[in-house]
Amino acid sequence: MSDIAKLHDAVLTVGVALDGAGWDPDAWRELPDPAAVFTADYWTDLVRTAELAGIDYVTLEDDLHLQGASEVGDPARSDSLQGRLDALLTLTAVAARTDQIGVVPVVTVTHTEPFHVATALQTLDHVSLGRAGWQLRISPAPADAAAFGRRSAETLTPEALLGEAEDVAEVARALWDSWEDDAVIRDTSTGRFLDRDRLHHVNFVGDLFSIAGPSIVPRSPQGQLPVTLLAETAETEALAIRVADVVFIPPADTLASSLERIGAVHAAAAAAPREERGLEPLRIVVDFEVGGERGVSRGPAELADQVAAAQRAGADGVRLRPARLPRDLEWVAEALLPELRHRGLTASAPRSGVETPARTLRQRLGLAAAPHRFAAASEPSAGDDQDVQTRDSQEVNA
Amino acid sequence: MTAADGAQRQIHLVAHFPGVNSTTVWSDPAAGSQIDFASFRHFAQTAERGLFDYVFLAEGLRVREHAGKIHDLDVAGRPATLAIITAMAAVTERIGVVGTLSSTFNEPVELARQLASIDHLSGGRVGWNVVTSSDAFHGGNFRRGGYLPYPERYERAEEFVRVAKHLWDSWADDALVADARRGRFADPDRIARVAHQGKHFAVDTTPTVPRSPQGYPVIVQAGDSPAGRDFAAANAEVIFTRHSEYAEGRAFYADVQERLAAAGRSSDSLLIMPGATFIVGDTDAEARDLSREVAHAQISPQTALAWLEAIWGRDLSDIDLDGPLPADEPEETVLRQGQTSTAIDRRAHAARLRERAEAEGLSAREVVIAETAQHTFVGSAETVADEINRYVQGRASDGFVLVPHLVPTGLDVFVDRVVPILQERGVYRTAYESPANPRPTLRSVLGLPAPQPPASLDLAVA
Ligand SMILES: Cc1cc2nc3c(=O)[nH]c(=O)nc-3n(C[C@H](O)[C@H](O)[C@H](O)COP(=O)(O)O)c2cc1C
Repeated sequence: MSDIAKLHDAVLTVGVALDGAGWDPDAWRELPDPAAVFTADYWTDLVRTAELAGIDYVTLEDDLHLQGASEVGDPARSDSLQGRLDALLTLTAVAARTDQIGVVPVVTVTHTEPFHVATALQTLDHVSLGRAGWQLRISPAPADAAAFGRRSAETLTPEALLGEAEDVAEVARALWDSWEDDAVIRDTSTGRFLDRDRLHHVNFVGDLFSIAGPSIVPRSPQGQLPVTLLAETAETEALAIRVADVVFIPPADTLASSLERIGAVHAAAAAAPREERGLEPLRIVVDFEVGGERGVSRGPAELADQVAAAQRAGADGVRLRPARLPRDLEWVAEALLPELRHRGLTASAPRSGVETPARTLRQRLGLAAAPHRFAAASEPSAGDDQDVQTRDSQEVNA
Repeated sequence: MTAADGAQRQIHLVAHFPGVNSTTVWSDPAAGSQIDFASFRHFAQTAERGLFDYVFLAEGLRVREHAGKIHDLDVAGRPATLAIITAMAAVTERIGVVGTLSSTFNEPVELARQLASIDHLSGGRVGWNVVTSSDAFHGGNFRRGGYLPYPERYERAEEFVRVAKHLWDSWADDALVADARRGRFADPDRIARVAHQGKHFAVDTTPTVPRSPQGYPVIVQAGDSPAGRDFAAANAEVIFTRHSEYAEGRAFYADVQERLAAAGRSSDSLLIMPGATFIVGDTDAEARDLSREVAHAQISPQTALAWLEAIWGRDLSDIDLDGPLPADEPEETVLRQGQTSTAIDRRAHAARLRERAEAEGLSAREVVIAETAQHTFVGSAETVADEINRYVQGRASDGFVLVPHLVPTGLDVFVDRVVPILQERGVYRTAYESPANPRPTLRSVLGLPAPQPPASLDLAVA
């Protein structure tokens, strides 16, 4: 596809990455009440600002240790923002009070329970009526291993962490599909609430954990939540290519290196057997800093130029990291988005009255409705449970 | 008992979102979705309109099975507890939100952080019903797999709550400085590292969540054994119990009060709340008819059969449900999985059922209805209100955990018709706030003492 054709039939998605008082460690000093970062109102106001501006989704950072304290015993600091609430729960509260925007919490898969992670995300999708996504995070931090105390830090090799993360992603997707959409039948003539043939054990057996399933949560509005990953390293990039729908490319020192990275990820993803694994082409989203040290000098036109260059290099979207909240988010809404729209780079429109029904996050990201993998792969009458480990071969036979 | 108005005990009410069991009628045309958020919003907002203390959710971490297959007769499928109580708190202002969460299939660091997060997000309205979960069947969905031998479950629960409280106490009230002028966000000397090494947990961390509005969630407990009651006496602020019959309720109340005193706690530091169902009609007679109708919807022939099969441990599809109970003795096979079972001695249970059937002239299905679908409070709104009040004034309970039989509208009739009568009687609040307490936390709504912040912040090594 030529650049020109791409320009005409594809527009960029626009997301905002929220964290604390913003990505600048000093940002909290500008908040009228810095302690408000621990309230639902603070996050609801920010996300509503983004929603009104027509932003497609917000992500919310999370970590199991204090900012900057990834080693065991690192003390709290006095001069920068310390502490955070659970991101998934924070965005669940926000989802109940918003109605258009996508909500994508960071949820760590190392140490946590895959079953709780998968079902909590499904619940977020139910609460938001199909606006939920997941930014999967691996924690190599020794502090987190010590906090849970179940695994020694030495056993957390990069291979083990990546393998586990892949397993968690895999089992989450299986659990999300473990109820078919029409499993609830309420058949009074036979007394059956469920058609048990439309529920499936997942019978996942991995190196570190096993899960029988099915999920306790019926299939959620999107079925499959978009899975996203930040490609911090070559390994997480490879993991994203294997399991994710969306990859975030972190900000680079120069635009040129960003563009190069986009091209490389594009090529690597295109060469991977994603279709065989039931995945659409990987959506590539580039992170840009807004405001703060690196972003401050850029006006809307300059940033829009860079966004356009990213698109020409193959990006499907941008995610903006406001350095200072709410100021830089307001700048995105009032200055940057109009510029991007003016150039036809994005369709994300400011909110116009009532938009019903809201678009799902999959729709916003251009992902097709997720087919139900058990339903697609098996005769419903077979009734018996599917073994996730052999799913690929079933798909071939179907 | 003619206590002066001012001396009347105040009634506490909890709204239990209908669960995944035969109590919840799905065949009624008015039955809505058990999973759509709209149902939870309606339920929570109705309970808040009725000035309930809190909305409550049970938890089951695996879809139930019967005879090796998914149990398909009851409502099944529910949201994840933490996320849904957070969402319910987000669409209400004052009512508490309490979730049932297992101390066996969670880890203290993560669960303490999640509960503290919800306490912040809800402005101090969260509670935790600590359950120990029953068996290896649930373990099939979790990293630890398997399960714990019975005595160790409460041991783990005890250690879990102890560690969690250390985590919740780690940030002193004044650790969050948030003073931009002085450039100080937090005071590191007021944030403790928690190091714990015990039989069940090894925890070494500095929590990320500042001390929450309530200090820590209201601790609820729902186990009935002596160990369970002792755990409650030592740790809980509310007990959710099955003892909803008057005399039984009084005995349970007295037993727990004794244990509470033995644990060195004051008698007003723990509330006892039995689960209860209710049927409200225009008249008592109409309510009785309705109760019979609802009971038949709750216990379909298929449900009655499955219930008996779970006791007899074998397929009973050849019996006539309108005839007598099976004549032969039960087998030991476990057919029902994922549901707390009360029947330990099956032969004795079967004998008791036969006795009842004979004495009352009941068919097999009618026995099941009599055993499982007797509604606690049946009558006109006045009758139901007076009955509830009798229990509370008579110290058979401090109030009730009400379980409606319909999702999501089952609570409406109670809020619209029974609550105003309780208010007229002067035994139920007319607002959450008072001039002295304009922004109440769940704990203050329950009238429970607030936890004391730790005197010392030296939390290392418990
Ligand atoms: C009224 C009541 C409600 C309960 N609700 C739950 C529940 O929602 N989820 C759960 O896993 N266990 C639940 N349990 C089970 C208890 O946590 C506990 O595992 C069980 O009662 C065995 O402990 P015990 O011998 O002390 O009673 C409940 C128990 C009672 C008495």
